[in-house]
Amino acid sequence: MENARRTQAVLTARRAGLVGCTGCGKVHAAGDTVCRRCGASLQSRDAKSLQRVWAWLAAGMVAYIPANIYPMLLTTNFGKTQENTIVGGAIELFLHGSWGVALIVFAASVLIPIGKFIAIGYLALSARSKVVIRGHGRQHLYEVVEFIGRWSMIDVFVVAILSALVRFDFAATVNPGIAAVSFALSVAFTMISAQNFDPRTLWDAYEEDDT
Amino acid sequence: MTATTPESQLDALIACPTCDALHHVTVVIPGARARCHRCGTTLMAPRTGAMTRIVMLAATAAILMVAAVFFPFLELQAGGLSRQSSVLGAVLAFSEGWMMPLAVAVGAMIVALPFARLLAITYALAPMALGWRPAAQAERVFRWAEAMRPWAMAEIFILGVAVAMVKVAGLAKVTPGPAFWAFAALVLVTVLKDNFMCRLTIWKTLEERRRS
Ligand SMILES: [Zn+2]
Ligand SMILES: [Zn+2]
Repeated sequence: MENARRTQAVLTARRAGLVGCTGCGKVHAAGDTVCRRCGASLQSRDAKSLQRVWAWLAAGMVAYIPANIYPMLLTTNFGKTQENTIVGGAIELFLHGSWGVALIVFAASVLIPIGKFIAIGYLALSARSKVVIRGHGRQHLYEVVEFIGRWSMIDVFVVAILSALVRFDFAATVNPGIAAVSFALSVAFTMISAQNFDPRTLWDAYEEDDT
Repeated sequence: MTATTPESQLDALIACPTCDALHHVTVVIPGARARCHRCGTTLMAPRTGAMTRIVMLAATAAILMVAAVFFPFLELQAGGLSRQSSVLGAVLAFSEGWMMPLAVAVGAMIVALPFARLLAITYALAPMALGWRPAAQAERVFRWAEAMRPWAMAEIFILGVAVAMVKVAGLAKVTPGPAFWAFAALVLVTVLKDNFMCRLTIWKTLEERRRS
């Protein structure tokens, strides 16, 4: 069933010698560079898209390293300062019995970022081939990455709220650590990486085998 | 052939933004949903009175945002001491020294961008909801609103607040203030509004109204 559908030729804008706008769907003649409906710039396929995906992904992975080494939170309790890394904070929540919240923090700051690195890397590597996962699978993977990636920023917000609230001078103070900055950068860089990915290339791979 | 394709012929076509498959534009009745035949992406999902609802919800959310910024957000009580924080307080948590850029970024993500996006949507769509011609530069403003979408993180912030409340629960008593409820309501209203928004339909309507 799946196979029968796959071999059926699909008429795409590119094959028809036209350019489709990714912003609004309007179809233009091949030479046009700016969409007449929404004003977005037009490109049948952006040749440099994958390069930018890799560059931002690398930046995001590099920024993720100090985010895990350095402390995210500095808690001062009666003069004693305790440093908490991202993973340390999740473990502490878990030990306190707040399993649900520990899971949210762990997912947002460890599982999602690392899963996203792997997913974007896989999509970028396999973009031009028609391997393993079929078009729909990769399309879903891309949608999940786009949707879920921004939720990682939750940890930065938690640090911001805690630092703003817990300020009892001598008794207890919470301060943001350097990891908050590099973690925020890591999330932002991977978001830009995913945005630069052109999902149309995923589908092009299936087109070439029947032309 | 391509150079001479008349514009009217191109207008009858729509290219899927996700996979580039060409479709003939058909009339989609309100409430129905047109999907791409190849990748399944929703192309058009018009709703009755969507424009009016989107504008009203966006305006409501913008007003709630003003309330959320200026009223007390959370109150923390521990051992006779109490401390209030506003949303701006959370933003300014990073304002010490070299973390300043992060304070700016957080301020943008939880207040400035969501607010700017709501205003942009109201500006671009309100005249059309009233049946008038689109405002000057409405296309550009709506394009900005779409670009801001992933970076407006009000809904993520509210989940962060919930996590932070659990984190300090053992240490102190946390009471949500009026701004907290305003912010929560604003997140709900924004989600509801985004549900009504169908990008391709809005662009098509903008173009048609501009021509008429
Ligand atoms: Zn366009
Ligand atoms: Zn499609």
